Amino acid sequence: MERAEIITRVQDIFRDVLENDEIELSEETTSDDIEEWDSLSHIQLVVTIEKELGIKFTSYEITSWIDTGEMFDCIAKKLG
Amino acid sequence: MKSFTELKRNLKKDLSQLPKVKVTVVGDTATQFLATSIRGMGVEHGFNIELFEAEYNQVECQVMDPNSDLYAFNADYTIIFQSTHKLLEKYSLQKPELQVSLADERLDFIRLICQQVPRRIIYYNYPDIEDTIFGSFANQVQSSFTYQLRKLNYELMNIVQQYQNLFVCDLAALSAKFGRDYMFDSSVYVSTEMILSIDALPYVASRTMDIIAAAEGKIKKCLILDLDNTLWGGVVGDDGWENIQIGHGLGIGKAYSELQQWIKKLKNRGIIIAICSKNNEDKAKEPFEKNPEMVLKLDDIAVFVANWENKADNIHTLQSILNIGFDSMVFLDDNPFERNMVKKNIPEVTVPELPEDPGDYLEYLYSLNLFETVSYSEGDKDRTKQYQLETKRVSLQRKFTNEVDFLKSLNMVSEVKGFDLFNTPRVAQLSQRSNQFNLRTKRYTEAEITTIEENPNFASFSFTLADKFGDNGLICVIIMKRQDEKTLFIDTWLMSCRVLKRGMELFTLNTIVAWAKVHGFKRIIGEYLPTSKNRMVEQHYPNLGFVKIKDVDTTQYVLDINNYKPFDCYITSKIE
Repeated sequence: MERAEIITRVQDIFRDVLENDEIELSEETTSDDIEEWDSLSHIQLVVTIEKELGIKFTSYEITSWIDTGEMFDCIAKKLG
Repeated sequence: MKSFTELKRNLKKDLSQLPKVKVTVVGDTATQFLATSIRGMGVEHGFNIELFEAEYNQVECQVMDPNSDLYAFNADYTIIFQSTHKLLEKYSLQKPELQVSLADERLDFIRLICQQVPRRIIYYNYPDIEDTIFGSFANQVQSSFTYQLRKLNYELMNIVQQYQNLFVCDLAALSAKFGRDYMFDSSVYVSTEMILSIDALPYVASRTMDIIAAAEGKIKKCLILDLDNTLWGGVVGDDGWENIQIGHGLGIGKAYSELQQWIKKLKNRGIIIAICSKNNEDKAKEPFEKNPEMVLKLDDIAVFVANWENKADNIHTLQSILNIGFDSMVFLDDNPFERNMVKKNIPEVTVPELPEDPGDYLEYLYSLNLFETVSYSEGDKDRTKQYQLETKRVSLQRKFTNEVDFLKSLNMVSEVKGFDLFNTPRVAQLSQRSNQFNLRTKRYTEAEITTIEENPNFASFSFTLADKFGDNGLICVIIMKRQDEKTLFIDTWLMSCRVLKRGMELFTLNTIVAWAKVHGFKRIIGEYLPTSKNRMVEQHYPNLGFVKIKDVDTTQYVLDINNYKPFDCYITSKIE
């Protein structure tokens, strides 16, 4: 999957789960940039991404990402 | 099942019109998502859940401290979720010689919870986690975690019989159905301390809300069944009663047999079974009468409707015979067209979306847990018979042109007494089930009924009604509260709709007025609190000669008992 496609799919999941259609993800988006993104909704996001993309993150990965760029890296790696 | 996201969205709706229920959630793991799911599932059940969530891992403090937030909030339902994970952690850190008393220790704490926490408690039992320290041999070792855990669940079933404010929510059964790999997500647990996976949450919330809804009187009373390809394989009209698919051996007949066994158990528990089929009636009855593989017999069916009318109209007919609300009915039909027809015309009826393969029917129906209840009494088993008798009474009535002659011919006898050990379960159950003939719709548990009986400020009456066709059992409950020396207030007046139009309410009033006179009271006040279902009794008090009281906020009536002339009625009182 191209990086651009990963970003679009993840962005759609963010919009859906956080119920905010104005969310735009970049490589440097952090939870400070999105009001609805807190530690609880993070879990909902992670589980939805796992389901939609058919991958599984480790417990360590879930808590390690500094920004969305690192999350995209992780997804890209898993999708091979 | 609605997803977690959908449940969360429910909370954005306007819930101000829904009845409010106060719920507390206390757990030893993170329960925020569970609490959200329960509120969202509450909306699905028609409740606005006002929720208090205690801080994480505060079960002991909240219960032990009389000044805790838990007691300050005073919830109608306190949900306590102590997880197997945390119990296992405790066990693993214990000295080996103490491990053998793990279950007993936790059971003592649960008893304490029941004594301390007011109102109703919902306690999750413990799904298995096999720690494989002993392998299967753990079954033989009393100090093993497996042994202690299963003992705990077993003893919990004994405790719940002692404390009537306690309800066990069967998380272990849910986990057995879906499996721990589905119920538990290790990465979610590690990063959040949440024990339930996002996918499991709606199911857990649903099982929890099932208990709350049942305790609030929302229960299913009747199962309406299609016949061809629902209760047996094939079409009886084409294939003949001897060639339908039913019975053991290889093949799909087995699935239908097992479905019928399930329905038979429901019938034995007191669920009314009705048939609604597009068939000729005699053809439709043939398998019940002639096919030896049929588990269900005509005796099991309270009302049998087989004709070529549309099913929505037929369900209206069933409703008028059974006198129960549409929302207490479940309709099973393999045909999506019929299902949609019923759903569209009578949206209150629950219509399960049966899977295509009849082999999947039963597991699917198990997953819905449609028949949750908070009470069960021996008399429930006779309900089908009573509805069959009612059909006989209706046909006798047609022979009489004069209502009085008909009532006289029934030879009705009523036994009047207070609440005792024997009838308390039934009294509580009626208070939870009766919606239509119920003036104030107050719901009572068995424990609350016992408290009322012991309180000298209350006068309580139960009435049975028998006639020449049979015994209806306990069908009417009156609870009166002493307001002052001269005044009684009718806290509860409810009656089963099975005995409408027999003059039972006249007999009831005669009885309570006579009692009030003997005890020196001058007046009885009645109140009507409207709900969506009790319009039937809107004019109950005026019809009985009560006079409306002005300048009060609710609809209240008063009866001056000095000038009371007993009504004529044709029921004899049976004195013990």
